[in-house]
Amino acid sequence: MEYHLTTPIPPEELKKIKIGDVVYVTGTVVTARDEAHLKALELHKEGKQPPVDFQGIGLFHCGPVMKKNEQGEWTVVAAGPTTSARMEIFQDEFIKVFHPGMIIGKGGMGARTTKACQEETCIYGYFTGGAALLAADRIKKVKDVFWYEELGMPECLWNFEVEEFGPLTITIDTHGGNLTDESKKNIEANKEKILQEL
Amino acid sequence: MMDIAQVVEETAAKLLEIAATKLPSEVKEALIKDEKDTEGSLGKSQLKAINENVNLAETFIKPMCQDTGLVSFFVKIGDKFPIKSKVKTALIKATEKATEKVPLRPNAVDMFEGNTKNNVGLRGYVPWFYFDLVEGDKCEIIAMPKGGGSSNVGKMKMVPPGKGIKGVKEFVVEAVAAAGPLACPPYTVGVGVGGGEDMCMNLAKKALLRPLYQYHEDENIALIEKELKDILNRLEIGAMGLGEGTSVFDVHMEFAARHPASLPVGVVISCWALRHAGATIDKEGNVEFHPH
Repeated sequence: MEYHLTTPIPPEELKKIKIGDVVYVTGTVVTARDEAHLKALELHKEGKQPPVDFQGIGLFHCGPVMKKNEQGEWTVVAAGPTTSARMEIFQDEFIKVFHPGMIIGKGGMGARTTKACQEETCIYGYFTGGAALLAADRIKKVKDVFWYEELGMPECLWNFEVEEFGPLTITIDTHGGNLTDESKKNIEANKEKILQEL
Repeated sequence: MMDIAQVVEETAAKLLEIAATKLPSEVKEALIKDEKDTEGSLGKSQLKAINENVNLAETFIKPMCQDTGLVSFFVKIGDKFPIKSKVKTALIKATEKATEKVPLRPNAVDMFEGNTKNNVGLRGYVPWFYFDLVEGDKCEIIAMPKGGGSSNVGKMKMVPPGKGIKGVKEFVVEAVAAAGPLACPPYTVGVGVGGGEDMCMNLAKKALLRPLYQYHEDENIALIEKELKDILNRLEIGAMGLGEGTSVFDVHMEFAARHPASLPVGVVISCWALRHAGATIDKEGNVEFHPH
């Protein structure tokens, strides 16, 4: 199935989607990698709010290449996904605290994120890894940037307006499904067989 | 008289641009073939996106991936090439220049001072150099930027020598299986065997520079490379780890002598974007870019 979603994505829309489905998102997508996750959660612990409301939007595991144009405005050069597995250690907490509608990354995420997606109604989708120019093409506007000086270009929060951002292959749904886990189990079983035969 | 240091700098900056924006032709062809041959729609759609993206990068001279990597250079300096240590300075300047011009993502992060914003480390180690001294009057430079996602799945093991070549194969299978969907497959795998704990990793990285489907000149090693390629594809990792399409394009191995008590094995994995570009500069400053 193919879905075209607009942010903030209503939970009832998210519940329809299953692993293996393809999604395109229109609206707001904000980048966050390791450092930005940490900082947002630290602010929350101090009772403060991060500068972006993540509720219902797309959270993008991405450290883009950005360039200022002659008018001094930021433009996107390349913006593909980074390996999501690094964020597994705090993604569940992030989902519980900030309630993004969907996580966009590559390489899949683990059991903690899958559980949080089920409990808090969130989904996770692959943007093809490395396809940075396809992604940049779907970003229509750089709305804002936060924490640039402190965290640097790859790690800061870039607030993007996107149109038909995708295709995103859903590998974690709201029903506890995890397509990457299925693939990993298959790889593991194949590995055991190969090692026995060597 | 042409300023040779300036030629080195400009050439190296151009090499970083080529590496970031244009895949070596055999890698490009392998990806196109894989899209054609992959039957499942999940895998095929991933490869289609990759190939569209590769074309955009080449057409618009933009980085094919936002992770333009940590920069390293493989350099061979001839005895009679007019400059020596200045080559190093020129390559550092080239890195700064390409970061600005291509642009490359600033990827050099100091543990205490943060991102240096120019891809040059504060403590003298980044970009990283592999220097070799050779006969002649030329200087060969190969730029190899490598992404963090695929570097994170690199592995080294001191295999008990009693396990022999079987132990080497087992470790390669384990390393690639552990990489699974994490590092943007289809992969190319470099394996370094022997030397010490550091040398095996260097050799593994160097092995990635050999063109796809060009096997080791030692027939025994070539056979193991081909065997491992077949074995690794039976893992069924597939494009982006979704189980459909090729898992590993190729395996390249380099062997060094080892200590009797040690069997070091290094595995360095490249994502689909196997990026490198080379050129040779003669003593007059004429530049010949390698076929790409």
